[in-house]
Amino acid sequence: MQLVLEKRAERSNTIALVSPLIAIGLTIVTMSILFAILGKNPILALGVYFIDPLTDSYSLQEIAVKATPLVMIGIGLSLCYLANVWNIGAEGQFLIGAVAGSWLAVKTQGTGAGYWVLPAMLVLSAAAGALYALIPAICKVRFGASEILTSLMLVYVADLFLDYMVRGPWRDPAGFNFPTTAEFDPVATVPVLIEGGRLHLGAIIALLVVAAATVLLGRTIKGFEIRVVGAAPRAARFGGFNSNQLILLTFAISGALAGLAGIIEVAGPVGHLQPGISPGYGFTAIIVAFLGRLNPIGILIAGLFLALTFIGGEQAQIAMKIPLDVTKVFQGILLFYVLACDSLILYRFRLIFPSQKVSRGAA
Amino acid sequence: MGLLEAIILSVLAASTPLLLAATGELVTERAGVLNLGVEGMMIVGAACGFGGAWFTGSIIVGALCGIVAGTLLSLIFAMMTLGLAVNQVATGLALTILGVGLSGLIGAGFVGERITPAPHLYIPGLTDIPMVGRILFGEDAFVYLSLALVVAVWLFLYRTQAGLILRAAGDNHISAHALGYPVLRIRMFAVMFGGACAGLAGAYLPLAYTPFFIPGMTAGRGWIALALVVFSSWRPGRLVIGAYLFGAVTILQLHAQGLGLGIPSQFMSALPYLATVVVLVLISRARTGGSTAPAALGTVFVPDR
Repeated sequence: MQLVLEKRAERSNTIALVSPLIAIGLTIVTMSILFAILGKNPILALGVYFIDPLTDSYSLQEIAVKATPLVMIGIGLSLCYLANVWNIGAEGQFLIGAVAGSWLAVKTQGTGAGYWVLPAMLVLSAAAGALYALIPAICKVRFGASEILTSLMLVYVADLFLDYMVRGPWRDPAGFNFPTTAEFDPVATVPVLIEGGRLHLGAIIALLVVAAATVLLGRTIKGFEIRVVGAAPRAARFGGFNSNQLILLTFAISGALAGLAGIIEVAGPVGHLQPGISPGYGFTAIIVAFLGRLNPIGILIAGLFLALTFIGGEQAQIAMKIPLDVTKVFQGILLFYVLACDSLILYRFRLIFPSQKVSRGAA
Repeated sequence: MGLLEAIILSVLAASTPLLLAATGELVTERAGVLNLGVEGMMIVGAACGFGGAWFTGSIIVGALCGIVAGTLLSLIFAMMTLGLAVNQVATGLALTILGVGLSGLIGAGFVGERITPAPHLYIPGLTDIPMVGRILFGEDAFVYLSLALVVAVWLFLYRTQAGLILRAAGDNHISAHALGYPVLRIRMFAVMFGGACAGLAGAYLPLAYTPFFIPGMTAGRGWIALALVVFSSWRPGRLVIGAYLFGAVTILQLHAQGLGLGIPSQFMSALPYLATVVVLVLISRARTGGSTAPAALGTVFVPDR
């Protein structure tokens, strides 16, 4: 018996829509088996993971809070992946954005600076993220160095740089020697949307980013160029599109969005700069981008779903003592299934049995 | 033991996991498959390797556990990229994400435990030679194994017909297929070899480098191994030079931290990663006359039967 792929005459749009759902279904089946192996009741565990967070207002807000960085980073990454370049260092761009914005927050602390501080922080962080993402992009365009490896190496560098800043120059003198800056002033903090709640302005910014990306990809020439360069590089060259310029552009946009997400996380839910501000948002956003089929609306939905797994994972740890790493395993398995199901869009799977093969050969 | 001798010994130890993982990935890439999941396979290899040694008390069982774990993970990758023709870059990333989670899950029970690390060779007389004795005749088995592996891979790739066919599959899968070679099967074995080496490289860390397991202990070594393959221009010989150079950077920055030069430790720790970026740029730039990468590297192959 042998599995054979047959190319479809054209891509199947039906499967393009249902493949993420099939992938989620398969992941849930696999997770049930994993829960059973860990000695937990799979039905109860799945309930805690996927249903409980949807039943109270605190968790619902928390899902939106976690989805905010995932969606923003995922949108940026999708532009790179559509152009067929691989920015996998969004985690580093996120951290550098967080550091850059925090610089202004720390410098203006207690100076009575006005309401310009937060907007300036956002701009600064986006610029820093974009510049940091341009390093691998320029190395790629100018020298042909693999953007995959360079962008990833810079994640470690960003992580160490943040660590240095909060242990050294910016450490809160009143912080009992903990590696953290002082709490940001109110003018340097992202305002919450509902008094006393957790949902903050960042969620609105994420929605604006989704809208902007929809327009960019669906209604502008640049968006069209990005798609063509990725899908048909030869056609793009005949069309006179500058692929190098598009690599720089997509990296800059995705870096800017990751940087923005970084400062929104720090000046929003966290409130100060410290190590460990990201539970791997930059990497999870890769899954978000693929699960959302590199489509802005899809990414919004995928971001909310993966945020649910973060919250569900935390609750499952508290309620059922399920290790937090199960969430990462879940996310990895999900990406595998998403990619496998995507193969169905282009190919038809067929099982060939030896007898059939012989008859074909005879005919 | 002099300082220089100590430094060389620790450089060899730090280089060995890089060399093991990069040798495996070199064979995988020579067959035309880019497996970015090296980091994931290494970290699971580390957790399983420690687990095996901790339960049985045997370093060999630990190493075998690491090899098996790496191979199994690489089989998932092979199924996806060869069987289902999925994009290799995305699948490799998925493998790394999954591996990091799995190793945390497997290794959770081992954190804080210790084992007796792999013994070092001792030949009376030879090992006692001043300066060079310990370096040449006093290493652990993995160091010798990694060097033997490089020689074996070199012999295989350039001196056997199977190696020639493997390189053909990586340079032009359509021609290789037309000549009747089973491209997908060749690639599957190459991917499995890469997985086995990555698993062993991961297992080396808790079995010989530090005698305990900590989550995330591979710290990007899998990615550096991938960069080393590019650095080597896909040639086993240059891989040895690259791996030892990187091992030296890692160790020297540690010593520099110890000297207290007034440079913040985080900056020194960032050196191996920055060095990787710089080396990638220099190597890619020097190669203006055309790429030395296997021509079909990273491309999907679906046989038309």
